[in-house]
Amino acid sequence: MPATAPPGAALVQMTGIVKDFTGVRALDGVDFTLRPGEIHAVMGENGAGKSTLIKVLTGVHGHDAGEILLDGEPVRFHSPKAAQAAGISTVYQEVNLTDNLSVAENLFAGREPRLGPFINFRAMRRKAKALLDDIGIDLNVAAPLSSYSIAMQQLVAIARAVDIESKVLILDEPTSSLDRDEVEVLLGVMRRLAADGTAMVFISHFLDQVYEISDRMTVLRNGTLVGEWATADLPQSELIGHMLGREAATLEQIERAASAHRVEDEEPLVEARGLGRKGSIAPYDLTVRRGEVVGLAGLLGSGRTETVRLIAGADRADSGALQFEGRRVGGHNSRTAAARGIAFCPENRKTEGLVGDLTVAENMILAMQASRGWARSIPVARRDKLVAEFIEKLGIRPADPDMPVKNLSGGNQQKVLLARWMLIEPKLLILDEPTRGIDVGAKADIQRLVAELSADGLSVLFVSAELDEVTRLSDRIAVLRDRELIAVLESEADMTTERIVDTIVAGGRES
Amino acid sequence: MNYAKRLMWPLIILLALIVVNIVATGVDFIVPSVNEDGRLGGAFVNILRRSAPLLLIALGMTLVIATKGIDLSVGAVYAIGAAIACQTIIDAPDQTAAGLVFSAVAIALVVTAVIGAWNGVMVAYFGIQPIVATLILMIAGRGIAQLVTGGQIPKVQDSSPFTELGRGAFLAVPIPIWIAALVLTALALLTRRTALGMLLESVGGNPEASRLAGIRSKGITVLVYLVCALCAGLAGLIGAANLGSADANNGGLWIELDAILAVVIGGTALLGGRFFLLGTAIGVVIIGTLEDTIINVGLSSQWQFTAKAIVVFVVALLQSPEFRAWILKPIKRRPAAPAPAPAEEVQAK
Repeated sequence: MPATAPPGAALVQMTGIVKDFTGVRALDGVDFTLRPGEIHAVMGENGAGKSTLIKVLTGVHGHDAGEILLDGEPVRFHSPKAAQAAGISTVYQEVNLTDNLSVAENLFAGREPRLGPFINFRAMRRKAKALLDDIGIDLNVAAPLSSYSIAMQQLVAIARAVDIESKVLILDEPTSSLDRDEVEVLLGVMRRLAADGTAMVFISHFLDQVYEISDRMTVLRNGTLVGEWATADLPQSELIGHMLGREAATLEQIERAASAHRVEDEEPLVEARGLGRKGSIAPYDLTVRRGEVVGLAGLLGSGRTETVRLIAGADRADSGALQFEGRRVGGHNSRTAAARGIAFCPENRKTEGLVGDLTVAENMILAMQASRGWARSIPVARRDKLVAEFIEKLGIRPADPDMPVKNLSGGNQQKVLLARWMLIEPKLLILDEPTRGIDVGAKADIQRLVAELSADGLSVLFVSAELDEVTRLSDRIAVLRDRELIAVLESEADMTTERIVDTIVAGGRES
Repeated sequence: MNYAKRLMWPLIILLALIVVNIVATGVDFIVPSVNEDGRLGGAFVNILRRSAPLLLIALGMTLVIATKGIDLSVGAVYAIGAAIACQTIIDAPDQTAAGLVFSAVAIALVVTAVIGAWNGVMVAYFGIQPIVATLILMIAGRGIAQLVTGGQIPKVQDSSPFTELGRGAFLAVPIPIWIAALVLTALALLTRRTALGMLLESVGGNPEASRLAGIRSKGITVLVYLVCALCAGLAGLIGAANLGSADANNGGLWIELDAILAVVIGGTALLGGRFFLLGTAIGVVIIGTLEDTIINVGLSSQWQFTAKAIVVFVVALLQSPEFRAWILKPIKRRPAAPAPAPAEEVQAK
């Protein structure tokens, strides 16, 4: 099936790359070809070997067998610095710049324009301004980097890499924290660079973006090469099939599973009336019935997270009232919320969800233990049984309850977090971006779980940046824009991606 | 297991120190002798007895550090505990009354517990950084101790049962060793038989995630500072009982630094999270043994601080994964073993 290599001299040619980590073969004879001016997506589930392949190319890891040719010359980089000197730059998912330095200083750190022995700050600011103008973003280059959003910081990191005149630019999940407009800016920059002859390796979980921007795709699975295709020749469903190693359309099966049961007649579980918090989210009304999945859609920064945090008790509301099971909720905080049966999986797994150093088992029982208080420890036998049960039920891999949770992949971490809350048998489950940055398989697992749980009578508040996912799972969809809840879409006909986008664009006024 | 691995390096250091001492002074160093009065003695038993106050403080400090905090006031609290107990006793007409000693000890412990709760409230409820919150009492505490003693050094009669706390023995074993062992056991049970240890590690490892999981982190934080101060007060009592007096200015001076040192040697990171009470205990014994070692190998006592610094340096290096990888690299290369993988890479598969 894979297309034969097209003509044109390869810029990077990796052949038969093998990489072993103690006992585990991370890459097994993988080939990868990158041509000048192409945008090449490397696709695969978490653990397929994408990151390892990139790290071999950029000198983070050495390889155990195989060959790398750069411009036809065999190379072996022993450090990222050596790779950078050879013209291979990388922009990582996490911004690795210095927060408290200015934008300009970050752009030119290590290669500042000089005036004798001194840094020529004026020239530096001017060049920085020109550079950012060039890629179409407008920032105050003298302001500290920390005064801008993560998305903007990401663009600064990219601008820096762009300016270093790289032959090869590697973008590892650069868009995961960007909103739609910012993604457009980034893709525009990528197109311009490609036209100038820069070759780019693009890694992203967002299939739409991959299809929009990439010329070719290399698909990996379990450390082996599945094949290389021109993007135009590979339909999405086939791509997913290749990545998962099973027939495509697994995701489609969940389609509207939630709508199999009727929830219109159920009594309301949550009623928010004029609930709001200054500077965070304007007062809103929202009702969640028993067994209902309510999706929250909107762009990054539209107030999706802020909306659910008030109901979760994670933030304190300064206006309005919240009713839960028909009773008014007072003195709402995370602890009392959990006691009432409100479970909250926050947006940022690492900083707000999991305790990295603790084991899988400990992270799972944390909420249950917290509700019992420290003095009443969960008996070891019961704990082991519960943990084993949920590892099995959610398919957490590796199935080792004593492993520090920080060593798990994103999808498995998300499942651990879900297990933590399922253990307390909640009535309302709040999921803020539960599928962000995780692989397709885990994503399907989590979506299926949401559908199952709601069929069992659990209510779910579901926040996601991916509109497909929201429309597929939700019974109703609340649409947000500019920190305001502008519409609630109820009818089957309204709950489409297009309708949501229209609503956001119209600002809710016409609907 | 992870726990055993963490304890390995401190144990090796301790064993090495003991071996050095045995070489220098013979097996008498480690084998306890029996004194004429039937009590156990000998160099190592004496080290353990002298280390008891530091052990108590270091155990409390371990719990505080597990929550990502630090308690600089333990030395001052030591002095306050000592001052209150001694002053209460010398103010009474009959210093030998058992009831008096009992109530003196109780008053001292209650006051130190209140001080600890104060520290905890400042950290947990007012959000003051632990190092600043406890710095206040580190400075003010010695002043309070001076006010208690009126600027004098209260001397308790040798006949008072209070001195037994520091000098006495039970079943041939010195009382301070009993107290330290009991507190170690009690804290180990308190943290590992209940869920307190795990919740502490959770709060220290990720305060925000712990809050969102519904943990009462404020209450736990106050409890931990309270326990720490209580341990420091108890240490002050033992120290004062041993000397028969309470010196508000110099009692327990700089002991907070030795305690932090012992915690770090024992494998608990200052970043909070995982803690190792047994590791801390080994760290304390290392520090105690080190002081004797310097004399036994024939160095002058001026070497004490330098030697301590060297031990800290070595332990810190051995605990650093980067250093271990670097030093083991040439050894591991030979059998053509692949380089050790960063954990997340392996797990991701």
